[in-house]
Amino acid sequence: MTTRQAQAIQVHGLEKSYGGLRVLRGVDFTVARGGIFALLGSNGAGKTTVVKILSTLLKPDAGTARVNGFDVAAQAADVRESISLTGQFAAVDEILSGRENLVLVARLRHLGNPGEVADDLLERFSLTDAAARRVSTYSGGMRRRLDIAMSLIGDPPVIFLDEPTTGLDPQARIEVWQVVKELAAQGTTVLLTTQYLDEAEQLADRIAILHEGRIIVNGTLSELKRLLPPAEIEYVEKQPTLEDVFLALVGADGKDRNAGTNA
Amino acid sequence: MSKHFFGDTAVLLGRSLRHITRSADTIITTAVMPIAMLLLFVYVFGGAIDTGSVPYVNYLLPGILLITVASGIAYTAFRLFMDMRSGIFERFQSMPTARSSVLWAHVLTSVVANSISLVVVVLVALLMGFRSGAGLPAWLSVAGILLLFTLALTWLAVIPGLVAKTADGASAFSYPLIFLPFLSSAFVPTATMPGPLRVFAEHQPVTSIVNAIRDLFTQQPVGAGLWTALAWCAGLLVVAYGLAMNTYRRKVS
Repeated sequence: MTTRQAQAIQVHGLEKSYGGLRVLRGVDFTVARGGIFALLGSNGAGKTTVVKILSTLLKPDAGTARVNGFDVAAQAADVRESISLTGQFAAVDEILSGRENLVLVARLRHLGNPGEVADDLLERFSLTDAAARRVSTYSGGMRRRLDIAMSLIGDPPVIFLDEPTTGLDPQARIEVWQVVKELAAQGTTVLLTTQYLDEAEQLADRIAILHEGRIIVNGTLSELKRLLPPAEIEYVEKQPTLEDVFLALVGADGKDRNAGTNA
Repeated sequence: MSKHFFGDTAVLLGRSLRHITRSADTIITTAVMPIAMLLLFVYVFGGAIDTGSVPYVNYLLPGILLITVASGIAYTAFRLFMDMRSGIFERFQSMPTARSSVLWAHVLTSVVANSISLVVVVLVALLMGFRSGAGLPAWLSVAGILLLFTLALTWLAVIPGLVAKTADGASAFSYPLIFLPFLSSAFVPTATMPGPLRVFAEHQPVTSIVNAIRDLFTQQPVGAGLWTALAWCAGLLVVAYGLAMNTYRRKVS
């Protein structure tokens, strides 16, 4: 087993500036195959820039990056065969129906059975009832589910999720988390960026904090926790959070949401 | 060129054509403005414009056809801008597809949409009394000129589609293109214009293209004028394509 096969993503000394603004100042990290890696950082930390470089949408000024063993600069076409990108905003075609969106992506990935692939994903993401409706009538959560479903077409070994739950309600957020966990369970490598600490805590087996253009820490949650002095034991009365209350009242299982729309 | 170029372009063309059939208003609004001008100029101003023995509607139609194309291509810029803003452009670019297919699909969609608008405008002109004794070869030549002109202007429209910051900005670039035929032989014979304006009007592309189409419709010998018109169209196409691809490469690299 070579390192090339063990590591799904290898990033060394990545630098990128926009004009005079140095967004990335030497970013290094690796992501193991089948892992969920969270890139944590505040707005403007450069998370999206890293994702865009890894998905061949941007060229770095310096440094190298390999995805699934392929160099993002020299073997961009092979990288694109290996990845799927789910950007910050659901990249779906509003004028097409949900099913048409999935068929479109399946055709562009040159699959032989686009209709079948679409129907399977609609089923899996509880979108079958809404399949024939235009996406412009979907709720934010449905849109995001469709967006992620589109990214799974062709079973790419590496998936980038750029702030997948920003702007979603708590239920939709839990649905997305569920999907991400299932993906990793099947052996897909997931790199997700987030500004929510609890999201990284919930999902990731490794967390890196991107701050002022560099990775300042990188480790498992327990490793990161060990960086601070040992916790003091205090007596705290455990009050339900507003999120617990909200989810208890409206039902947290996230089913039966197909009828939900923005309208 | 990727081995999937034609297949991917066909898939994406199917997608944009679906957009058009689901918002047919884009074709209707493209045709409405030129038809309104046709009505206004033929029935209001036309009587006062001396075009010799040629009925004014026959004189005017070639210029109106170019205005139809100039207003139609604004939708290419608009649709491309919407793809950029929604993130679906980036999704396509990060997939194992032939990357330039995304642009070609929009360009071919423009050709289809503009062809429909042009047919509608010609039908209205026929209702208003436009007549031509032109045979099939002449009509095909007119179609060929209009196709080249549409391609050239559409590639030009790709540029604001890629770089615009707002939807209005993406479409606004077509206003000067719509205005250009007024400073040509499209509405009035250039001989009536004052000196410098006349020089400009006689040497800008719209005049030579309008004159070539007019000669084809009226079965005049086209001669060198046709080649000037074709050279303008081909030259514009090459320059617009080059600029658009250059803008695109800077955008996706």
